[in-house]
Amino acid sequence: MATAPSAKLTPLLKDELDIVIPTIRNLDFLEMWRPFFEQYHLIIVQDGDPSKKIRVPDGFDYQLYNRNDVNRILGPKASCISFKDSACRCFGYLVSKKKYIFTIDDDCFVAKDPSGKEINALEQHIKNLLTPSTTHFFNTLYDPYREGADFVRGYPFSLREGAPTAVSHGLWLNIPDYDAPTQLVKPLERNTRYVDAVMTVPKGTLFPMCGMNLAFDRELIGPAMYFGLMGDGQPIGRYDDMWAGWCMKVICDHLGLGVKTGLPYIWHSKASSPFVNLKKEYKGIFWQEKAIPFFQSVSLPKECSSVEKCYLALAGEVKSKLGEVDPYFIKLADAMVTWIEAWNMVNSPGEKPAMTSLPNATSKK
Amino acid sequence: MSLSIKDDEIDIVIGALRPDLTSFMNEWRTIFSRFHLIIVKDPDLKEELKIPEGFNLDVYKKPDIDRVVGTSTSTIFSGYSCRYFGYLVSRKKYIISVDDDCYPAKDNKGILVDAVAQHITNLTTPATPFFFNTLYDPFTEGADFVRGYPFSLRSGVQCALSCGLWLNLADYDAPTQALKPEERNSRYVDAVLTVPARTLMPISGINIAFNREVIGPALLPSLRLGGEGKFRWETMEDIWSGMCVKVVCDHLGHGVKTGMPYVWRNDRGDAIASLRKEWEGVKLMEEVVPFFQSVRLSREAKTTEDCVAEVANVVKEQLGSKDPMFARAAKAMVDWVKLWKSVGSST
Repeated sequence: MATAPSAKLTPLLKDELDIVIPTIRNLDFLEMWRPFFEQYHLIIVQDGDPSKKIRVPDGFDYQLYNRNDVNRILGPKASCISFKDSACRCFGYLVSKKKYIFTIDDDCFVAKDPSGKEINALEQHIKNLLTPSTTHFFNTLYDPYREGADFVRGYPFSLREGAPTAVSHGLWLNIPDYDAPTQLVKPLERNTRYVDAVMTVPKGTLFPMCGMNLAFDRELIGPAMYFGLMGDGQPIGRYDDMWAGWCMKVICDHLGLGVKTGLPYIWHSKASSPFVNLKKEYKGIFWQEKAIPFFQSVSLPKECSSVEKCYLALAGEVKSKLGEVDPYFIKLADAMVTWIEAWNMVNSPGEKPAMTSLPNATSKK
Repeated sequence: MSLSIKDDEIDIVIGALRPDLTSFMNEWRTIFSRFHLIIVKDPDLKEELKIPEGFNLDVYKKPDIDRVVGTSTSTIFSGYSCRYFGYLVSRKKYIISVDDDCYPAKDNKGILVDAVAQHITNLTTPATPFFFNTLYDPFTEGADFVRGYPFSLRSGVQCALSCGLWLNLADYDAPTQALKPEERNSRYVDAVLTVPARTLMPISGINIAFNREVIGPALLPSLRLGGEGKFRWETMEDIWSGMCVKVVCDHLGHGVKTGMPYVWRNDRGDAIASLRKEWEGVKLMEEVVPFFQSVRLSREAKTTEDCVAEVANVVKEQLGSKDPMFARAAKAMVDWVKLWKSVGSST
């Protein structure tokens, strides 16, 4: 039988969770999230022109990193962090010292559930992460650890402990996360369907991971959450989260970790230009036809018992198998290695955080 | 309802485990009355069936079953397995099958759910087993494939099986329901999704629909618990059958969907009383799940019948010695394929 933590008392985890937000404009959207985010520490990764001042609403406890900080902290390894693309957010994951990360886009607002109640997305992500995933066998009543649900008849008891949950993938009401071609064909389509479910993405199944509303256990899977080389100087954009999702899922499957998708919903307010998006995605639309079969068939050596080792092995496979598709993948594979080096450099045990991770701006309440 | 599906392509098969079907049929009347129904009476049921007027139906009872398959074979249709006889004799393309203790449910807006229409929609729109779509069924109104979904996989595959869900009394096993006697499922999840390829799940027989032409022979009565009873808590026959169906679908490249439609499942029985009987089934699943997860069919298995025969063979070889129940199940599967070919074939 599934035993969930008390439904009424989801731990806040306020000292164990960082909220990572990439931005190039202002963070006024935080005003709406204030009741839910105010108690947490924010890591803001400023993309684009570092001389621009980012306006953060008063009263939030945050650290802000711009490109100068990225370069200063990582030195030559900063080459793995994208510029002029929200993929830069993974720098926030790297410098965080917390166990959990929640990342959200600055055009995502608080959604309402069908009863009209405002959704505390962060609380739902925490619930998702703190309860097991059911990776080995699909439960037809979805997440059995939710209140009012359980494992169905036929579900073996030996599988009911589940697997630790590494990632919680939330969804979006209003503007759905469509690719450019779909946006062009259906410019007016809005997602109005509130699906009251959380479910585990089964072991061996890949999915398109969207970075707009995402939480993960940094200690369990952090190094796998590299968002790739996108944006300025790169032939592709809008595939950062996809890339991270495919790598992450392969590694989670290998290590016996779970990924959940479904609730919580946020309200996605801004539809980016489908024409701009098409230019960014264009190569990706072709490359994903190669990348998906690659990820579906890749297998990691048994000796890869840590996320870092898995990731490095995966980088090797990317280089040898996808390198033939386009030289970009060779560059990307190298960047994946650089990322792990950067991760270890910043997060190694002897590291004194104060020395190198000083951000550009901080604010304490 | 899809305009391209004619009502006469559909059979609704009901296994009658209780004699009085009056309220059941009346509750479903507005949804069922335009279709042909096949009602199969549990051969063990002694009382006469009570069925209200106004339906287009055929009723099969023990003597009918005996006549079609012979008295020695008719025992395989005892209890909940009686519905398989209906699947066998149907000549329609689509079958929808609901337990006789289920009524139509209401959705979140309070509107009665047309379970038949939803099952047919599920079966007549493609399934997407090769890559998970985070917005669930992309063929639903108001939904689509999300960013990052490969275009080459967007035409999907034929959906062969549609697995519905249950409000009120969920399909829990006896230990779970006994520990939470008051728990009822009140969560209406507004989604249909494809079960990914190579992912297995417990497929309940309470509320299902399938394309008989494509996978008819794979839904089969074979695993019978020693203490099998007349409550779902006391059976595993559908779970076993469902594992076979999924393995066959995965091999042949057909899809399986799960989610809506919901039916309202009435309270019935006593979980604690059933605990003793179902424990056997609960233990068996420990073997059954890893076994089916490891089954790989040969390239030569190109038809559903061939696939079922191969599964039967593997069951016999790998599980037969562990419990005589499995050996009997393997034989039942082989017999079923023969029966299907002689009786069930639509040509």
